[in-house]
Amino acid sequence: MGTMIVTDEKARQLKEVLDRQLLAIGVSLAILIDEAGNVIVSAGNVNGVDTTSLAALAAANFGATAQIAKLLGEEDFSILYHKGKKDNIHFSKIGMDFILVTVFTDDIPLGLVRLRVSQVAQELLDLLAEN
Amino acid sequence: MALIDLNRKEIHCKIVYYGPGRSGKTTNLFYIYNAVSEKYRGKLLTIETRGERTLFFDLLPINLGQIHGLNIRLQLYTVPGQSHYRATRKLVLKGVDGIVFVADSLRKRREKNIESLLDLKNNLRDYGLDLAQIPLVFQYNKRDLVTANVPLLTIEELQEDLNKELQVPYFEAAAAKGIGVFETLKEISKRTVKFVARKYVFSSEKVRAQGGVI
Ligand SMILES: Nc1nc2c(ncn2[C@@H]2O[C@H](COP(=O)(O)OP(=O)(O)O)[C@@H](O)[C@H]2O)c(=O)[nH]1
Ligand SMILES: [Mg+2]
Repeated sequence: MGTMIVTDEKARQLKEVLDRQLLAIGVSLAILIDEAGNVIVSAGNVNGVDTTSLAALAAANFGATAQIAKLLGEEDFSILYHKGKKDNIHFSKIGMDFILVTVFTDDIPLGLVRLRVSQVAQELLDLLAEN
Repeated sequence: MALIDLNRKEIHCKIVYYGPGRSGKTTNLFYIYNAVSEKYRGKLLTIETRGERTLFFDLLPINLGQIHGLNIRLQLYTVPGQSHYRATRKLVLKGVDGIVFVADSLRKRREKNIESLLDLKNNLRDYGLDLAQIPLVFQYNKRDLVTANVPLLTIEELQEDLNKELQVPYFEAAAAKGIGVFETLKEISKRTVKFVARKYVFSSEKVRAQGGVI
């Protein structure tokens, strides 16, 4: 644990990855959060979205699911997905300490989002680890 | 885990109100929420079961002014106190930067206070944190009941039970009336931000070396 410092340059690089890999395929919102539920960086349309609450709940949701995994003797569930009427939301663990949240409509195939998320995971992790 | 965001010029700290069930943790957050103007607070998020018991946590984000040109943003969390929610409490503690332990002054809750503090210590240890190292203050709540006809613990007893070794600041409070709420918040904020900022100043050497902005 400890303190994580995000410089201007780091924020720019992280956001660039989210833009290039996720917004480019039509994802409406991508948020990178830490284990404490802080928003590190977000890309896309955050208008009308309470990202602070979303981040806190996403972190809690993951924590709870990890406990469920334990009860079931699973290693961990590293991906969570919720389908809504209008928006779909996908949560993916990035390393041990971070979570990537993506929000997208039915126009974007889930498989494509999954693929891109797994591709960006290492890229984001490398950037975060440089700290 | 505190987050220092030089891009948005913000410092984020997570403060957790811990303590046994019904000691007044949620009451603290509600009072703060109602007393702080909208400009300085975010949405109050509560996850509760039927019968107003906290199921997972409450969360209140507030803005606290500036330090080194950075806006201080605190996330105030509470935990569910009931003993069988241990796993949930531990989740909420993840990445904690500062703790308010809200103890119940009711004499019949004496054991629950002690148990809860031990539970806190164990949960922190599982995260590699030491209760004696992390910013911490005590709040001895429900002092208003002194005038009612219910047996209360004295401050000396509470100190002896909980704060004998830790020797951190404590506040007498009646959270339901708002008494002591901001005193407690002010002290834990000061301690937490100081603690986090010290690490920041320390690690800023490295950031500069990498061509960062500070
Ligand atoms: N007399 C008195 N009651 C209080 C005080 N603070 C909280 N309470 C009451 O204690 C009960 C539990 O409070 P709550 O904040 O939900 O406790 P939590 O479980 O720690 O979140 C509620 O009925 C509150 O009204 C106080 O300062 N004095
Ligand atoms: Mg509560």
